[in-house]
This record gives sequence, C-alpha cells and structure tokens, in this order.
Amino acid sequence: MIINSRFFNRSELIGFVSLLLLLVVILPLALDVFRLNLVAKYLTYAFVAIGLVLCWGYGGILSLGQGVFFGLGGYCMAMFLKLEASSVANTKIQSTPGIPDFMDWNQLTQLPFFWKPFQSFSFALVAILLVPGIFAFIVGAAMFKRRVGGVYFAIITQAIAAILTILIVGQQGYTGGINGITDLRTLHGWDIRTDHAKYILYFVEVAFLFLAILIAQFIRLTKLGRILVAMREQEDRVRFSGYSVANFKIFAFCAAAMFAAVGGALFTLEVGFMSPSFVGIVPSIEMVIYTAVGGRLSIFGAVYGTILVNFAKTSLSETFPQLWLFGLGALFIAVVLAFPNGLAGIWGDHVQPRIDRLLASRTKKSGNGGLVANGAPAE
Amino acid sequence: MFGDYSIGDLGAIFAMQGFAGLILFSVYVLMALGLAIIFGQMGVINMAHGEFMILGAYVTWMTSNAFQHFLPSLFPGYFFVAMIFAFIASGSLGMLVEWAMIRRLYKRPLDTLLATWGLSLILQQAYRSVFGAREVGVELPDWMMGSWQATDAIQIPINGMFVMCLTILITIVVAYVLFLSRWGKQVRAVVQNRVMAGTVGINTEKVDRYTFGLGCGIAGVAGSAFTMIGSTGPTAGQLYIVDTFLVVVFGGAASLLGTIASAFTISQAQSTMEFFLSGSMAKVLTLLAIVAILMMRPQGLFALKVRK
Repeated sequence: MIINSRFFNRSELIGFVSLLLLLVVILPLALDVFRLNLVAKYLTYAFVAIGLVLCWGYGGILSLGQGVFFGLGGYCMAMFLKLEASSVANTKIQSTPGIPDFMDWNQLTQLPFFWKPFQSFSFALVAILLVPGIFAFIVGAAMFKRRVGGVYFAIITQAIAAILTILIVGQQGYTGGINGITDLRTLHGWDIRTDHAKYILYFVEVAFLFLAILIAQFIRLTKLGRILVAMREQEDRVRFSGYSVANFKIFAFCAAAMFAAVGGALFTLEVGFMSPSFVGIVPSIEMVIYTAVGGRLSIFGAVYGTILVNFAKTSLSETFPQLWLFGLGALFIAVVLAFPNGLAGIWGDHVQPRIDRLLASRTKKSGNGGLVANGAPAE
Repeated sequence: MFGDYSIGDLGAIFAMQGFAGLILFSVYVLMALGLAIIFGQMGVINMAHGEFMILGAYVTWMTSNAFQHFLPSLFPGYFFVAMIFAFIASGSLGMLVEWAMIRRLYKRPLDTLLATWGLSLILQQAYRSVFGAREVGVELPDWMMGSWQATDAIQIPINGMFVMCLTILITIVVAYVLFLSRWGKQVRAVVQNRVMAGTVGINTEKVDRYTFGLGCGIAGVAGSAFTMIGSTGPTAGQLYIVDTFLVVVFGGAASLLGTIASAFTISQAQSTMEFFLSGSMAKVLTLLAIVAILMMRPQGLFALKVRK
C-alpha cells in the first residue's frame, strides 16, 4: 500500500522494511530476554532521536536538554507506578503506610499535592504527553518569540537540564533524590518484571516506535516539514515571506519534547525505575550524539544510530572499559568532521549510488538511474 | 529567615559570604576568561574547556610532586613554575586541537560543540588511564595555609586571597593582550571582519590558532589555580562547563567586562543565598534567574555593538 504512495521513497522504504524485519523478527528470535530488554532500553532513546531529527536536523534547533523531556515523561510514568506499588497493604512496615517508601524515609507523612492526580492511570497517560509538551511550549515560546536561537538556545536548554537535575536530586522527599523512583512492580496489577511481560512490552514499544516514525515522516512530508527546512536554511526569507518563524520553531521543539517523553515513559516501564541520571547534561548530549551518528536528516538513520551506538557502548564497555570512551569520543569527532550526515549520509552519498549503478548496469536500463535519496543538502 | 540573627551577626554573615562569593567569583572569572576568548571572540563552542582546565590542574600536581622529590628547598615557590607549565601544556594542546579539528568547523559552530564533546570524552578517559580515577590534591606550601583573622567573626583563608590576586593579575594581562597589544588588535580585527583582516595582510589562520591556544592556556592556568582550593579528578571538568558558559553568555559573549560583571553577580547571588537556603536550592534559584534574564535579554548584560 505504501509502495505506490509517495509517503516513502525507495531508500526510505528499504530502511522501513529492514527496520521492521530487524525489530519484529530478527532480534526477538536471536536474543534472549535479557538482551532483548537491553534493545528495548536502546529503543526508548530512539524516540528522542526521532524528535531530534525533526527539531535539529530539519528545524535547525539544537536542543541540549532532551533529557529533561525524557525525564519528565519517565517521571510521570514512574509516579503512577510508584503509587500503585506503594499501596497500604504493600507498605505496612512504614511509619506512614500508603505513601512511597522514600517519602517515608524523608519524614513526609502525607502525599504531596502534585503526586495525588497520578493515582489515576488516565491522568498519568495524559501527563506523559502534556507535562513535557507544555513545558517545552513555555520555554520555546519565551525563547523563539525573542529570537533566541542557535548556540544560545543550546546553552540555555543545557542550563535547564542542569536546573532540573539539581532540583530532583535536592528535593529528595518529593522526587526520590539521586536514587530516583525505584522498585516499580506492576502496571494495573500486571507484573512488569516477568520475562513474559518484557516480551510484550518490547513489542508494544516497537509498535509505538513505528507509530512515531510514521508521524515524523508525515510531519516531514507536509508543508510544515518543508517550512522547517526552509527556516533552517534561510530564516529571514521565511520570515519575510510572511510565516511566523517562532511558531514553527515552537511546534518543532514541542513535537521533539513529546517524542522524548514517550520514550522516557516506555523506558520507565522497561527498566522499572527512573532517576535523575537520565535527565542531566551528559545523557542529553549523548542523545544528540545518537542522532548525529545515525544521521540528523534521516529518521531511520537516527533509529539505527541509536541502536548501534548503544550496542557498541554495552558490548565495548563490558569487554574493554578503558577503550570505550576513547572509541566513543573518536566516533563523535569522526562523524562531525567526515560524515556530517551520519550513517544515513554515508548510505545516501556513497553506498546507494553504487548499488543504483550496479543495478542499472546489470539490467541495462538507462533513464531513471538517478534515484538519489531526497535528503536535504549538507550544511 | 533573618529573625534569628542579630545585626552584628548578619553583618559578619554577609561579610563572610561576600568573601566566599569573591573566591567563587575568582573561580568563575578564571574559567570564563578563556571561554570568553574562544566562544565570545571566535564563536567556537568548546565543550572540552573543562578538560583543558583539568590538564592544567594535573600539570600543577605533577610539578608539585617533582618539586617535593627533587627540589624540596624551592617547594614554597613551585606554584609559579607550575602555572607556566600549565599554560604551556594546555595552550599547546589547544593549538594542536585547533589545527586538527576546530579549523575545519568554523562555519559550523554547533558542530564544534559535538566534536569538542567527543574530545572531552577522550581527554577524560586519558586522565583516568594516566592518573587514575581517584581525585588528587596538591600539598600547599606553608605560607598558603591558614587564614587571616580580620575581626572576631570574620576569617579569610589565605589560599582564597591568593587565588583572588591571581585572578586580578590574569585579567589585567588578558585585557592588555587583547586590547592594547598589536596581536590582540589583530585578533579583534579577524573576529570583526575576517575577509578584510586577511586583505590587509593579517595571517588569519595563524591568529585563529594562537587565539584558541591562548584561551586554552588560560583555562590551564585556571586549573592550576583550582588546585589551591580543591582537589581534581578526571571528570571534574564537566561540573564547571555549564556554569562557565552561562557566565560568558550572561555577560554578553564578546565582552570581557561583561564576563567579569556577570561572574560577580552570579557568584554573589549564589553564595549569599547559600547561607539561607540549601546549596542546591541556591544553585537552582541562581540558574533560574540567569535563564529568565537571558530570555528577556538574549544578548546578555553587556552587548557589544557589532555590524553584522
């Protein structure tokens, strides 16, 4: 159905089908449940990467605070799960039963007001999208309306990530402090820690991921996506043409925030905890790096990049803990210096033209030989 | 919150916190001076700036060990030698990095951020491999220990005063180099109009390299000064980098005066609030205030008027 539409061009279709095969067939068959759960963890970062492709690759807005939104989404989910795990029956030994254990340790006797709505699952689900979305809207509106952009935007988002981390770590009684919200057990009575649940969660997550890919691709192909690209290339001309540049930027930033938040919420489900170590500056920059390695202009590239970098991180740091940071650092530098468009750029610029040429020479069919990926040109 | 203290107590508190703030101010200024040159003048986002500082700190630590072993009689003065070594080490590494990496990225400022982040990871791991993961501290010579008793309630540590004096000295040198020396004028000419500067015979590539080297060298000296007031570990650089960028941006990127003013404002706000609130809340409030002010005034406190 998609083949004949203009929704995916050929290389994107290859990317889509191979990703589908990889995630739905190959990986579940090839990996045991522990490794599959690791892949599931990586894929939660892929949501952030997809958001960054829209916001950074297409919109030209580099946010170094995606960890904030990943964390906000994750914390919204974790708060609901924690409240479910700390029912009165489960927390009998505490001095105040019925509140999360870390609050009890910090001498809180009552659930704080902003925790109360999270007893409802539907509220938590809405909050996962709306809390980061509204936060991104406020930050984005304040900055883009005043034409703060580029480097300054990056530094301010970084500062926001620092602020949120310090706040979460400092307010131990309300947030669980540096340990975060741990020991999450059930989702609506369904134990999320069993192997069976891990398999199901993995497939749910993959389904969400493909939904996210389709949404991002849809945004990219509409007029909206083209305005984003135009804005990245020549912001003033777009403004002079009568478009509200600020509003489009706010949209891209909010969309990226929501993608990240969904990733964060799924992360909480997959690993069973959420902590400030996924909110701060270092994880935020790492998320940008996944996107850069995969290709900032390619949605599929970003997903592949996330899986690859994380896979390399896990396997290398298991065997050569010393080498890992050297390798990662060298990878960033190499990607930035030599392949600004990441792995997808290598594919589009070097591999695919060769395949095309090979196919063209084999079938002796001239004419439509120049089917090059329609990625935007390098900056 | 003031109710529990008498007027005299409050005066002493403000004086002490003011001095603590001044030491923090010196730290910020030292960190930010190098970055104000690299980011403010050249537009390069150097995420490895913290690691250049740490390099200076490690060089100081090595020099102090060497003096203790080989020249114990000269130990009280080791620091001045160490500072020079730190400047040379960080400066030459900076020039090497500029040659290998940064010069290819002048047209893509956001990419310098990613590349230098990679560099910072490599440097961190290098420090960890060479010096170990443990934090190292420098043994201070006797004359730097202890504190000066100003009044009954006010005590000022001598090493803090030393760092302050050092900061003033370095600031004056940097201001002289940038604004009065022939080379500094070339730097500013290149920054304002690269093509025109090249046309009148300035070797812009060379100026770029030495500017970056100078910024990194100052970072090394800053790291050297840090060993006077704290210990150093492989990842310590990361703790400072955001603060440093905020100081520079808040002051108005290209303005040296702005950098100093913003370092003063931020450090005083931070240390005064720290006494009444917890340290983390003081930090949060300070950062929030900076972000809010930057949203209202994106160009920073002291914006330089430049034709674009």
